[in-house]
Amino acid sequence: MGTRPVLVLGPQRHVPLVREALAALGCDDDHTPVALCSAGWEERELEHDELQEHVARPVVNLEVFSRVETIYREDPELHAAVRARHDRMRRLQALHQHRLAHAVDAACGLADVPDAALDMAAAERRDAIEAIRTLDRTHLDRLRGMHEAFWNEWRPEERPAVARHREELRNILRPCAALCVAGGHVAILLNRLRLLGVLDLCPELPVVAWSAGAMALSHRVILFHDSPPQGQGNVEVFEAGLGLIGGLVPLPHAKHRLRLDDPERVSLIAERFAPDSCVALSGGEMLAWDRDRWRARTRAEVLAPSGRLEAFA
Amino acid sequence: MSAHPLGDLLRQGPPPAPHEIAAWLRGREFPIVDGDRATFAFHGPASSVELVHWIYGLESSMAFQRVGGTDLWHLTMDLPPGSRVEYKLGVAHGHQQALIRDPLNPKLARDPYGANSVVQGSGYFVPDWVHEDEQARRGEMVSLSVPSRSFGEDRDVEVYLPARYRRSRRYPLLIVHDGPDYVRFAELRTVLDNLIHRLEIPPMIIALTASPDRIREYADDDRHAAFVTDELPAALADRWPLVDRSEARGLMGASFGAVASLAAAWRSPGRFGRLLLQSGSFIFTDIGRDHGRSPAFDPVVDFVNAFRDSPGKPSERVFVTCGTYESLIYYNRSLIPLLQNTGMDVRFVEQRDGHNWENWRDRLREGLSWLFPGPLWMVYE
Repeated sequence: MGTRPVLVLGPQRHVPLVREALAALGCDDDHTPVALCSAGWEERELEHDELQEHVARPVVNLEVFSRVETIYREDPELHAAVRARHDRMRRLQALHQHRLAHAVDAACGLADVPDAALDMAAAERRDAIEAIRTLDRTHLDRLRGMHEAFWNEWRPEERPAVARHREELRNILRPCAALCVAGGHVAILLNRLRLLGVLDLCPELPVVAWSAGAMALSHRVILFHDSPPQGQGNVEVFEAGLGLIGGLVPLPHAKHRLRLDDPERVSLIAERFAPDSCVALSGGEMLAWDRDRWRARTRAEVLAPSGRLEAFA
Repeated sequence: MSAHPLGDLLRQGPPPAPHEIAAWLRGREFPIVDGDRATFAFHGPASSVELVHWIYGLESSMAFQRVGGTDLWHLTMDLPPGSRVEYKLGVAHGHQQALIRDPLNPKLARDPYGANSVVQGSGYFVPDWVHEDEQARRGEMVSLSVPSRSFGEDRDVEVYLPARYRRSRRYPLLIVHDGPDYVRFAELRTVLDNLIHRLEIPPMIIALTASPDRIREYADDDRHAAFVTDELPAALADRWPLVDRSEARGLMGASFGAVASLAAAWRSPGRFGRLLLQSGSFIFTDIGRDHGRSPAFDPVVDFVNAFRDSPGKPSERVFVTCGTYESLIYYNRSLIPLLQNTGMDVRFVEQRDGHNWENWRDRLREGLSWLFPGPLWMVYE
């Protein structure tokens, strides 16, 4: 984490807090625009009327989704290369899921042991969780390797179509007071932010991010749902994020997506991603990066190794 | 073995007094479900009382016993866990019998013929996703009249457009036979709103079709096949943006509607990559044509026999459901290996329920989310 001011918010649909977040960042001038990246909303990215009304100041939509669509049309070679990388990543993810399922089963299976074996089971469980952590690390390294290889080969920022949009974005961002990154489809959002290098275009600009926006900006993107209609619902490392948000695993809609009343599952998530704090973001939360640590500006809870939700300290 | 639910009312000696019966009835939920047994009760004047149900494998009516010297009647039967059974009571007064809903049981299931009482076995629960969720954005229903050359007339179709429908994106299409009944009796509209809201299925366009003569038109009828395969999708594509790939095209139906779905897909392999077949009336014969059912099934049997002889590969992914309390369970189970051998991806789910709309409702989440998986893992709003 650097010195750039960053705020992480809970989902905004029912408890909008962006205006308060901008105020907390010292963006007091209502005439200075804020930039918005809502590429996660895909073809609906321009529908930011509610946010505009809420923040009561000019909102400049960066149109990241449609810019990348244009780039793909103008540079089909780059598009094909991006798709080929995505195909490889999908295959890698499937292989990872296969190994992960067994590793998670092993850790969960150790939760129900007879009392007489409890002391031994605790050590076995620690090792089983460490095995998952190793799996996560390996997967993340491979994903980063893929990105690095892609970048070295294709140098997207040097390709004319990308370079032109980067320049336009740099100019758009220059007068803005902050960059807001909204939720939506996390992979689409992340890929497009990465392709255009949006964060690098405004290295000093304060950032407010929520839901998938916060996930995409974190160090690693964790996908989660404890009760999907199909499959086991194993929490999985999906991608290397943009790394702006370190030390946090943002878990938007945690109340709906996670069985927070199941201590075993809560504990497993907390221990697996430690020392990062797994923050349950259900709406109304505001966390701020304050020099060297995250501080909760409103009530916020983290998943604790004890299996409970605890106040974010 | 647990005590009989009527307890002391069944004692030897003088019959229980009216106030004792009233006290026993008060505050109890009926039928009384205890483990894998259910006890039904009826309180009122009658010369006989019967449980009339549609469970294949049991006598279709089962006699209640009277508590001697009273007008309290009771019946205890096996009810395996997870069961859901619709029933009525046949209450006779001399030679006159009336089929009524259970006055002691408020649980009802509606269908095109009215409503039945419902007993829910232990472990059964009504899924939460069938109830309106105030967080879920609502889809919109649009009426469309589709000119049909094959039928020689216009056909009315209701079209469900998902919440936040946009012309700028393309949508998968699912054609639902008996669609308006699915909406009325299986909460389809609410289910779609909820599953889309939960990201368990993608935003989709759903065409809800109905037939004025479904027994004939759904039984592998040339005209119907042409309508759902060509005329209807073309009319919909003229008006709404649809994904034009087989994995984004589905047919769905229950009973004869399942027959219509499979028959249409079989006639045009590769057009519909997704099939949801519920309690299909897939009657067949292994020798001869005597199927033991009404003549309405003749064309069904001809179709299923022909399909079994030469199934081809009508679709890519097929979700089949059937209740174990239906006579159709045998036919559906028999069809599964055949479907699997075609190379299609097939999933079969049975449940302890009958040939009814709530059974079909309860399987919608699993079926739709498997056929059309939504962006659940990827979207965090």
